[in-house]
Amino acid sequence: MITLRGVTKRFGDRTVLKGVDLDVAKGEVLCLIGGSGSGKSTMLRCINGLERHDEGEITVGGVRVDAAGLPAIRRRVAMVFQRFNLFPHRTVLDNVIEAPVYVHGEAPDQARARAMDLLARVDMADHAHSLPSALSGGQQQRVGIARALALRPEAILFDEPTSALDPERVGEVLRVMRELAEEGMTMLIVTHEIGFAREVADRVAFVDQGVIAEQGAARDVLTAPQAARTAQFLARVLHKDG
Amino acid sequence: MIGFVNDAQAFLPVLLRGLLVTLELTVCALSLSLALGVVWVVMGRARFAPWRWVSRTVITVVRGIPIIVQLFFIYFVLPDWGLDLPPFLAGVIGLGLAYSVYQAENIRGGIGAVDKGLIEAGEALGMNRMTLWRRVVLPLGLRHALPSIGNTMVMLLKDTSIASTITIAELTREGQLLAISTFKNGSVYALIALLYLAASLPLSGLVRTLERKGRLA
Repeated sequence: MITLRGVTKRFGDRTVLKGVDLDVAKGEVLCLIGGSGSGKSTMLRCINGLERHDEGEITVGGVRVDAAGLPAIRRRVAMVFQRFNLFPHRTVLDNVIEAPVYVHGEAPDQARARAMDLLARVDMADHAHSLPSALSGGQQQRVGIARALALRPEAILFDEPTSALDPERVGEVLRVMRELAEEGMTMLIVTHEIGFAREVADRVAFVDQGVIAEQGAARDVLTAPQAARTAQFLARVLHKDG
Repeated sequence: MIGFVNDAQAFLPVLLRGLLVTLELTVCALSLSLALGVVWVVMGRARFAPWRWVSRTVITVVRGIPIIVQLFFIYFVLPDWGLDLPPFLAGVIGLGLAYSVYQAENIRGGIGAVDKGLIEAGEALGMNRMTLWRRVVLPLGLRHALPSIGNTMVMLLKDTSIASTITIAELTREGQLLAISTFKNGSVYALIALLYLAASLPLSGLVRTLERKGRLA
């Protein structure tokens, strides 16, 4: 479904991605873990063209990520942001129908009905007419997920979806994501939630210094890492968590 | 003092009629200046280089010429070229154009304050440039620009007095005519000053409110 081959990305003279190969199968949940500055968020942002990669090839469902393919890619791939990025001047409901109505020309009534279903799914139907500023971080992120789902995407990219949340709000967002995974959504998740990755991810990839240092079944990578760097990273984050 | 009260009673009906024209002129010129200001900003950001060049040139030229000279040009020179505008329309166009370059500056600043994450969110939802501007960049940018647009509006209100020079019967011109015919310069200009003040104070209050809201958002 999503394929990266030899992808490199430079910011000025700093090389952030150094030849990344990655495959995400349809219905698969892949967690990207790694230290800050390792390139995992950049990897995600290259997939939907928020950053243009310099070399290599990225395809989604057979469509190449380049200027010509981008509109098709963005129809298939939705994104959930670390800082939610809800439009502050629009209500929750209007945020969710924004892309269906103003990008894809869906009839507003139909889009609203569908949006209410999606909001019910993330348990936010009661707040449909609130402005984002009136919501907690966890609530905003659940709206962010509903907004992503409104695109009817084939895959969703999650860029550290719980990193900006108060600790007691993390659970409600992870619960929604777990349900999506169970329904077979293809998900690529940059996260520091090792527990969540172990429980929900089919596969985990450990990103370090712009390359994928290790990848495999979540249980294998997280409990019996082969690469020394993975082991060091896990020891650090798990120690901090514990 | 009693003389002033009597003068006020005599002059106020005429001056209030002038104030009404002043307010009409302000609202019309403000609307035009905002519309043109958006045009200069959008053109200034276009991918097509000649658009950017036009925007830069207009802003440089208009900013470098006194408003009164621009008004004279539109009202006295354009008729020689076959374009004969009624005074009010000439005033709206002249003030609107002159102020559009300040509005462009205000709007550019507001747009610069729009959270980049929101623009990325729009892109990720599949918006093309046009939709992104219409749905995200301009509505949020104008919101951020509101306090400075309000300030500019107070300046514009006062600068409509320049339109008295092209025979528009706004507050200053009505006052001048009264002063000339009655020789009561003191009363007339005091009343004019008070009326401008009375019109601009609520606007200044509005600006302060907008600035306070802007900080909260």
